[in-house]
Amino acid sequence: MGKVIVVTSGKGGVGKTTSTAALGAALAQGGAKVVVVDFDVGLRNLDLVMGAERRVVYDLVNVIQGDAKLTQALIRDKRLQTLYLLPASQTRDKDNLTAEGVEKVITALRKNFDWVICDSPAGIERGATLAMRHADVAIVVTNPEVSSVRDSDRIIGLLDSKTLKAERGEQMEKHLLLTRYDANRAERGDMLKVDDVLEILSIPLLGIIPESMDVLRASNVGAPVTLSDDRSPPALAYFDAARRLNGETIPVAVPGEKRGFFGKFFGRKAA
Amino acid sequence: MNIFRFFAKSDSAPAARERLQVLLAHERASVGDSDLVKILRDEIMAVIAKHMQIDSEKVSVKMERGAQVSTLAVDVEIPFDAGKKKKKAA
Repeated sequence: MGKVIVVTSGKGGVGKTTSTAALGAALAQGGAKVVVVDFDVGLRNLDLVMGAERRVVYDLVNVIQGDAKLTQALIRDKRLQTLYLLPASQTRDKDNLTAEGVEKVITALRKNFDWVICDSPAGIERGATLAMRHADVAIVVTNPEVSSVRDSDRIIGLLDSKTLKAERGEQMEKHLLLTRYDANRAERGDMLKVDDVLEILSIPLLGIIPESMDVLRASNVGAPVTLSDDRSPPALAYFDAARRLNGETIPVAVPGEKRGFFGKFFGRKAA
Repeated sequence: MNIFRFFAKSDSAPAARERLQVLLAHERASVGDSDLVKILRDEIMAVIAKHMQIDSEKVSVKMERGAQVSTLAVDVEIPFDAGKKKKKAA
């Protein structure tokens, strides 16, 4: 049985889709069988970031409404044999997502994949709550910026109340992924510090992704950043985050932070 | 950042522009249900369903949308006892 992850944030534009693609590819590059699922019905973009936009035949809504079988809707990545995409519908609206339909799809995917990564739409409406509903693990994508942190706090509240796990009285496993972290601005003191965000949200840190041109470049060519340039700083940060998801303990490096000898040994504890 | 890697990279913006042009041309043309490739897909499936019980697992539909031409490939496995006629649509 695979694990279901929701990548969520509340706020738009913080890097959910980028992170879904990068982590999905990183896990698949490690040999796992991975499917990334776009829940943003009406405004899909995961297909574009994955470079599969020309190959979409059927989508999540088609599967839920019975127009297509799940196997027909899954698109296999051309670069990675074990990476698949289930696109969202571009033309229908979110009302076509039913709770029962989503449950059926997720249950089937869980049986066939090691990781099912659900890319949540922004907001806290139906699409977002359905994306998180069946998750075992939540990745809360946050920028070091006040409105993003506030929205993440709201989303954490929903993760602890509106998910199946929460309703069963179980603890939802939550991780913070800090994205678009700018070392220069942090050094000037113009950005919320990592420790500040961690203290406010008080969930364990999965990784810090530096602000980088490599992310834009990757989306331009339609490749997850871990595939387009696997030695770039954001790619390395995503690879580390993927390893932490797999249970490894690796200290989190803060981009640009100079660490002394002791700092290297007594570094920040990862998630 | 490594300076050699920086110079080794070519511009990615032209790729982005080209991908968007193709994608948006298709999306604008397919407002509602007027997408030809989609209509063909649905009607071909309907015709097959008229003559045999479709086992969705045995039907694969692939699309590739290009700037000038799109391709639609429908691959159907037709069991011997599905009917007298045996053919492969592509």
